[in-house]
Amino acid sequence: MATTPKLTSPVPVVAPAVDASGAIAVADVEVALESLSQWQLAWRRFKRHKMALMGLGIFGVMVGIAILGPILIPYNPLDIPGSPIPGGTGPAANHFFGTDNNGRDVFTMVLNGARISVAIGFFSMSIAGLTGVIIGAVSGFAGGIVDNLLMRLVDVLFAIPFLFVILVAARFFGQGSVVALILIFGLLSWPLIARLVRASFLSLREADFVEAARAVGVSNVRITFRHILPNALGPVIVAMTLLMASNIVLEAFVSYLGFGISEDQTSWGNALSNAQTALIFGNWWWAFFPGMAIALTVLSINFIGDGLRDALDPRARL
Amino acid sequence: MTDPVLGPGVPPPPDVLLEVRDLRTYFHVMDGTVPAVDGVSFSIKRGETMGLVGESGCGKSVTSLSIMRLLDIPPAEIVSGEIWFDGRDLLRLPESEMREVRGNDITMIFQEPMTSLNPVFTIGDQIGEAVVQHRHVSKKAGLDRAVEMLRLVGIPGPERRARQYPHEMSGGMRQRVMIAMALACDPKLVVADEPTTALDVTIQAQILELIKALQQESGAALLLITHDLAVVAETVQQAAVMYAGKIVETGSVEDVILRPKHPYTEGLLRSIPSHVPKGQRLNVIKGTVPNPFRMPTGCRFEPRCPYAFEPCHDFEPPLAAPPADHSQQVACWLHVPEAQRPGRAAVAPAPPVPTEAFVQVESVTRQ
Repeated sequence: MATTPKLTSPVPVVAPAVDASGAIAVADVEVALESLSQWQLAWRRFKRHKMALMGLGIFGVMVGIAILGPILIPYNPLDIPGSPIPGGTGPAANHFFGTDNNGRDVFTMVLNGARISVAIGFFSMSIAGLTGVIIGAVSGFAGGIVDNLLMRLVDVLFAIPFLFVILVAARFFGQGSVVALILIFGLLSWPLIARLVRASFLSLREADFVEAARAVGVSNVRITFRHILPNALGPVIVAMTLLMASNIVLEAFVSYLGFGISEDQTSWGNALSNAQTALIFGNWWWAFFPGMAIALTVLSINFIGDGLRDALDPRARL
Repeated sequence: MTDPVLGPGVPPPPDVLLEVRDLRTYFHVMDGTVPAVDGVSFSIKRGETMGLVGESGCGKSVTSLSIMRLLDIPPAEIVSGEIWFDGRDLLRLPESEMREVRGNDITMIFQEPMTSLNPVFTIGDQIGEAVVQHRHVSKKAGLDRAVEMLRLVGIPGPERRARQYPHEMSGGMRQRVMIAMALACDPKLVVADEPTTALDVTIQAQILELIKALQQESGAALLLITHDLAVVAETVQQAAVMYAGKIVETGSVEDVILRPKHPYTEGLLRSIPSHVPKGQRLNVIKGTVPNPFRMPTGCRFEPRCPYAFEPCHDFEPPLAAPPADHSQQVACWLHVPEAQRPGRAAVAPAPPVPTEAFVQVESVTRQ
């Protein structure tokens, strides 16, 4: 089977003519159309979602702060000046967000907290995402006993009171370290992702293109990760962004209760915890700025998730 | 057609590419067992084309999926049978070797071009994948082959098209892509499962022409599965008619379609709408396909057959050549002289079927 000139119809491929103004004259419509992949199409849809773009901007700033943190921070976060003013000082030129009871700079604490919160959110999400995707994919594709075992494990993890386990685990294994919290959050929050992935796999496994791939002789592993997974990723990515937001809140919550990040590190949760007493005095800035940071970050991530939900919806057209 | 009656375990002669012997594929479901394919035998010689015809649910697709071993087991089970392909019994190959056969020696063209392509990969990637998989060449070489194949199936601007995604193509074009994919590795057998059913009528003829032309050129054998007798008449040399999991009639297309011997084939041909003058009721085969859980004990077509007589109810007719005619085989007691009641006319008169009728099929119903 070499060539068949008789079967191919001659194609009038017209090169786009550029006129004087520099605009491309559309001679052949198909030539002018650029070929967009699913991801490019998704980005196009995402861009039309203004709130999501704003969320992406705010979140980008937070990530920037987290990465560049040490360069931006004006004071040592744990630095306690010689003579702290009881009750701290309000926002001023040298302390944008004021100081706390011990004279520590709240602005510094918020910037440094971004580092911890974003790290915990991002890495716990990555662990949960990776674990959840692998377990869900294997479960959904293999089916049968494997599926049954894995899903019962998921059921068990869902059945135990999540918060209680987190508090206990954070107390006994955590010892206030960021890495420990990342691991605890990550390893406890994957079941949600696994269920999602499994559900998409169960329906995609029956898809015609999967059967076509099998008919071509593609191996099961390759079908699972190359053919099905990219098609199942949309809802998973959305769920993962929301998981990241909820894990940031969870960190603040656990730290606020005193089970999380140790006191010598300034996470947002710790800052809020410190601020409890301050509110009695009416020193709003202790609680306001870390609280705002949490709210803004979580809100922006949720907006991104919302935008992604629309952008990655396979039913949505341009 | 050679008689597929060599002993079990004995490979067919080398000129026979595919020989299916007494294939039984059952589905075990909640309510019992469905014998979707129940003792099907046929063979295809190298380079030969064969059509497998029958209505929905008669087991024609399950037959093809059994050959490819693409059925989920369970619920499916290949209860018995042999599938000899190129000297090997496919049913006894380990899965790893079967994967080498799929997409390389035997390929498939599917019914639904709209959903049979993966939306996240480019056309070139998908055609190239089979080539990379089986020829162990680089991804670049796979893509080059993809472009070559796209040109071969008549897609304009193949270089550009290879970089596009399935959603940028029409149904007819996607079916061309599926054909390119099926032929990319120079298979020995192409199984086309209702390749034109999902397409526009105007595109159907083009796609059939293309399949026919490429089949002749490549020398691959073709197993065409369809419910459309017109498609069979136009495309293939041999035809087998299936009913309720069994082949009821087989032979050359001319014989099966112009001189049908089995009452079911006859009924199918009679129900083509173009034979009926406008305003008149369409010819139909009365009754419905038998309930798979309660198959008739005798001939499976007996409850609907206008010519049924005593043996039909209790005994299953074997697929055999009628005494006067060796070019086709039919599973019907009407054609077994010993079964006849004394004094009864041997063969019911077949209705006249105009020869050129098959290209005139335009619509299913008449207003």
